Amino acid sequence: MSRIHLIWRKSLNAVMLTLTGVCAFAIVSILFLILGYLIYNGGKSLNWDFFTKLPKPVGETGGGMANAILGSLKLLLLAALMGLPVGLMAGVYLAEFGGKTFSFVIRYTTDLLNGVPSIVIGIFAYSLAVLPVKHFSTVAGGFALGIMVIPITVRATEEFLHAVPGNLREGAMALGASKWRTIATVVLPAASGGILTGMLLSLARVAGETAPLLFTAFSNRFWSPGWNQPIASLPVMIYTYAIAPYDDWHRQAWAAGLVLLGLVLLANLGCRAVLHRRGFSRSV
Amino acid sequence: METTPAVPHKEATVRFSISGLNFYYGAKQAVFDLNLKIPANRVTALIGPSGCGKSTFLRTLNRMNDTIRHSRAQGEILLDGQDILSMDVVKLRRRVGMVFQRPNPFPKSIYDNVAYGLRINGYKGRLDDLVEHSLRRAALWEEVKDYLQKSAFALSGGQQQRLCIARALAVDPEVLLLDEPCSALDPVTTAKIEELMFHLKDSCTMAIVTHNMQQAARASDFTAFMLDGKLIEHSETSKLFTTPKDPRTEAYITGRFG
Repeated sequence: MSRIHLIWRKSLNAVMLTLTGVCAFAIVSILFLILGYLIYNGGKSLNWDFFTKLPKPVGETGGGMANAILGSLKLLLLAALMGLPVGLMAGVYLAEFGGKTFSFVIRYTTDLLNGVPSIVIGIFAYSLAVLPVKHFSTVAGGFALGIMVIPITVRATEEFLHAVPGNLREGAMALGASKWRTIATVVLPAASGGILTGMLLSLARVAGETAPLLFTAFSNRFWSPGWNQPIASLPVMIYTYAIAPYDDWHRQAWAAGLVLLGLVLLANLGCRAVLHRRGFSRSV
Repeated sequence: METTPAVPHKEATVRFSISGLNFYYGAKQAVFDLNLKIPANRVTALIGPSGCGKSTFLRTLNRMNDTIRHSRAQGEILLDGQDILSMDVVKLRRRVGMVFQRPNPFPKSIYDNVAYGLRINGYKGRLDDLVEHSLRRAALWEEVKDYLQKSAFALSGGQQQRLCIARALAVDPEVLLLDEPCSALDPVTTAKIEELMFHLKDSCTMAIVTHNMQQAARASDFTAFMLDGKLIEHSETSKLFTTPKDPRTEAYITGRFG
């Protein structure tokens, strides 16, 4: 009996090991397939014009998406200005001040907000920032993205503040620092590396959002004339160009995908480099 | 090391006067009806087995326990005649500094660590001089004077602890509370800290919680022995260690328990 049992146990072990390993490998390969395909197709289609020229009228080949690249950057700037401070403050409240019940409500709501489909956020921003003024605008798009930035920022802030050792807080308070002073001058700087990374991740996530922009920022074939006017963005351009019947548009959609990915990657690396040079935030 | 007070026979002025102190964590009482006088410009050691309430007691002296929910202190703690339990807590902590068990430098440069207390207190004078003075008082200046802008984490554990002492001294507190400051340090560093405590007596009153009875015997002028939240015995260190009055004190210092 024990011999059969042993063989059974060992083979079950082997099967499960293989199964989990294959799944892990599958995930990694999916990611690399996407990346590889994007780099292959996008790299082929990318040229200098893409960064410097405006889109050509329908039917003409060539042109670029300079306006969409700048548009995406402007939208992200707005999202950061509107969403990050709110998320940061709420995260500080949760980690440092919040009582039990109220904190639970906020945390739960934040998670729910994180799960709200982006198209619904788009409708929300539409009814709040587009309908009253009767036209699409850059600000409305930034507002929609700003809402989406909040939940990740809140949770990242809260988590990294919790990771700051309590004896740092005590050290500052024992020197006569008020609670707020302690948080601002010791706790937040100690957690700044993690919090900034979380913020960046949230911005990277919304950089690729299309749905909330469709009826807030809309799109634009030209340079956007102002913050209260529609503006082009890379994801919406990808959406428009990918479903169009022109080969040259498909080519540009691939290029746009690659540029979007490149921007996110660049921001990530840049943030890491800055944190690394500052040196302190790693050790906590 | 010499531990006799500079003026042995003259009664020192009392810095802290504690009477009828009870301390509770929620429903659990941690300190029972404690009465103690802490003399100025002396080192008072608090000894006793783990969980006897000595750290809790020390932390009531600058109200560090305020941050713990549902904790409360009852009784009277007078600092130079003023009741600290009704005093503004920020003002209290500027007068009563604290050094913790584990060195806890801020993730900032050595200079900024020492200057921290001065900056938050809105000090307007020359920071450089005071930073140097504080580091000298903590016997750390010679080792770090060329590295002031380096991260405090680059220092060794013993240096970090002396940095924390310098940081506490920078705001010129009347009292320095030390909560097992040497428990994470090696004997050489411990000796350095005991020596600097000796020199600090000129300007500062100190209360130290320690698990190490040799340390209490070496570095303190007065010793208080606590057990189960009660103060059992309190007298001059030399008396307490040679002729303890209470049998429980004798049992503890001879190593029969704790």
